[in-house]
Amino acid sequence: MSDNGFKSGSNLEKVLKAGHFAFTGECGPPKGANLKHLNEKMSPLRGVVDAINVTDNQTAVVRMSSKAASALMVQAGLEPNFQMVCRDRNRIAMQSDILGAYALGIRNMLCLSGDHQKFGNHPEAKNVYDLDSMQLIALVKQMRDEGKFLNGEDIDEPPRMFIGAASNPFAEPTDFRVYRLANKIDAGADFIQTQCIYNMPRFREFMKRAVDMGLAERAYILAGVTPMKSAGMAKYMAKFVPGMDVPAELIKRLEGAGKGKMAEEGIKFAIEQIEEFKEMEGVAGVHFMAIEWEHKVPEIAERAGMLPRPKVD
Amino acid sequence: MIVADRKPLEEIQEMIAPYDNIMLVGCKGCVTVCNVGGLKEVQILASTLRIARKKEGRPIQIQERVIERQCDPEYVEQLRDTCDQFDAVLSMACGVGPQFLSAAYPNQRFFPTVNTTFMGGATQHGVWEERCAGCGNCITHWFDGMCPIARCSKSLQHGPCGGSNHGKCEVSKDIECVWDLIVRKKIEQGRLDDLRKYWAAKDWRTARDGGPRKSVREELVK
Ligand code: SF4
Ligand code: SF4
Repeated sequence: MSDNGFKSGSNLEKVLKAGHFAFTGECGPPKGANLKHLNEKMSPLRGVVDAINVTDNQTAVVRMSSKAASALMVQAGLEPNFQMVCRDRNRIAMQSDILGAYALGIRNMLCLSGDHQKFGNHPEAKNVYDLDSMQLIALVKQMRDEGKFLNGEDIDEPPRMFIGAASNPFAEPTDFRVYRLANKIDAGADFIQTQCIYNMPRFREFMKRAVDMGLAERAYILAGVTPMKSAGMAKYMAKFVPGMDVPAELIKRLEGAGKGKMAEEGIKFAIEQIEEFKEMEGVAGVHFMAIEWEHKVPEIAERAGMLPRPKVD
Repeated sequence: MIVADRKPLEEIQEMIAPYDNIMLVGCKGCVTVCNVGGLKEVQILASTLRIARKKEGRPIQIQERVIERQCDPEYVEQLRDTCDQFDAVLSMACGVGPQFLSAAYPNQRFFPTVNTTFMGGATQHGVWEERCAGCGNCITHWFDGMCPIARCSKSLQHGPCGGSNHGKCEVSKDIECVWDLIVRKKIEQGRLDDLRKYWAAKDWRTARDGGPRKSVREELVK
């Protein structure tokens, strides 16, 4: 293996393996073939994050393919974290896309169930779910470590991906969530990105359980952060986004900041979170999802002391 | 059993618009049990259609029949004397009915009056819920008697997904998250370890994905 013991040799893997506190970003591909739009979204993240998640038809709304957008990032010298959901592809298309992604220079992959198509702009679509996210994780691992397709046939030049999975510490039934995280790590996840966190006491508890179960030693856990832009956004998330725990104190704090100052208050809270995550046992980094706020990321990263990003060879 | 819903009246009216003399055939099987295509429903639909056509000034003759099962050639045969006398025949059975009828009477035209929805049962009076997707390889015993293939909106074998919300599925608050039920039952009964298991990707060949299915019971085949 040419990668000196790395699983994929991606920048993200190198940063994490070297023991640096990782910082990943996120970018939703455009609703069209608009390259300029994609460039506008990804360019603020250059040099600011270790890898950029590229969402796969997020909320089941049709967008440029995550594989294509990831490949465009590679071409532009950025590192993508290629997201794949189970909703739209059967095992044939999945394996084919994994090979294609690898051939295009993609080295990180996040395996997700995906939002049901009912939420998107083609609710009439047939849903696939040939595999679920657990089985997708295991598949990517098998392809990489055993060099075999799901059917056991040999792969000519296996795709070597750094395998990611998601975890939502607050989704119900909450007692089970840490076990589901353990299952994903058992299945082969190398790193975990959590859903955005607002309830810090509850997350501390979740992490404590994860650490006690030895999970943080077996996978890199990146805590999800999304800055609130307003009290309205916080209220909306609290009410309508399943598995989102937004404490009333946070909403109060944003309201208290007053009109025109809520966004800054939201950023302040996000920075406080990042500061705490840096110290929290078992947390290996932050996954920063600035929804339609990509241009703000450099400033926030700077203020959170995340810059400059480490360069690891 | 097989559960179905009656098609909207307008759709049925449109189907029979060209005809003046038709037969409406119910079925005493599943559709009788789920109150959609038995004797009572045949009577109601027939009289509703008659009244509507009379109002239009184009009265229609409708012969009402109910047979034991439309999914059985033996019973379908009972229509032999009369079937071809009508301009058209409406079936109130599940989707199997019009097909068995068409096969037996190739010169007649058959129209479905119900939409076949799922395999399930009544969870309370007047409410039916899906329970089985006919995957051809039953694994409900892995999940304490619950089927995530049919009852999870994503057919997850390793649920629940992040969308599970107060026991409801992310798709709708009218859908129970079966994974919430499975996990709760496992925790209650101290079998959480079952949920630490990994289930290999399902072989869908036994399901509809392998093409239309056929069961042959050699000992019964003459
Ligand atoms: S596992 Fe298959 S056969 Fe069993 S209830 Fe579910 S869909 Fe039906
Ligand atoms: S919420 Fe529950 S039933 Fe709905 S898709 Fe997720 S796991 Fe399945």
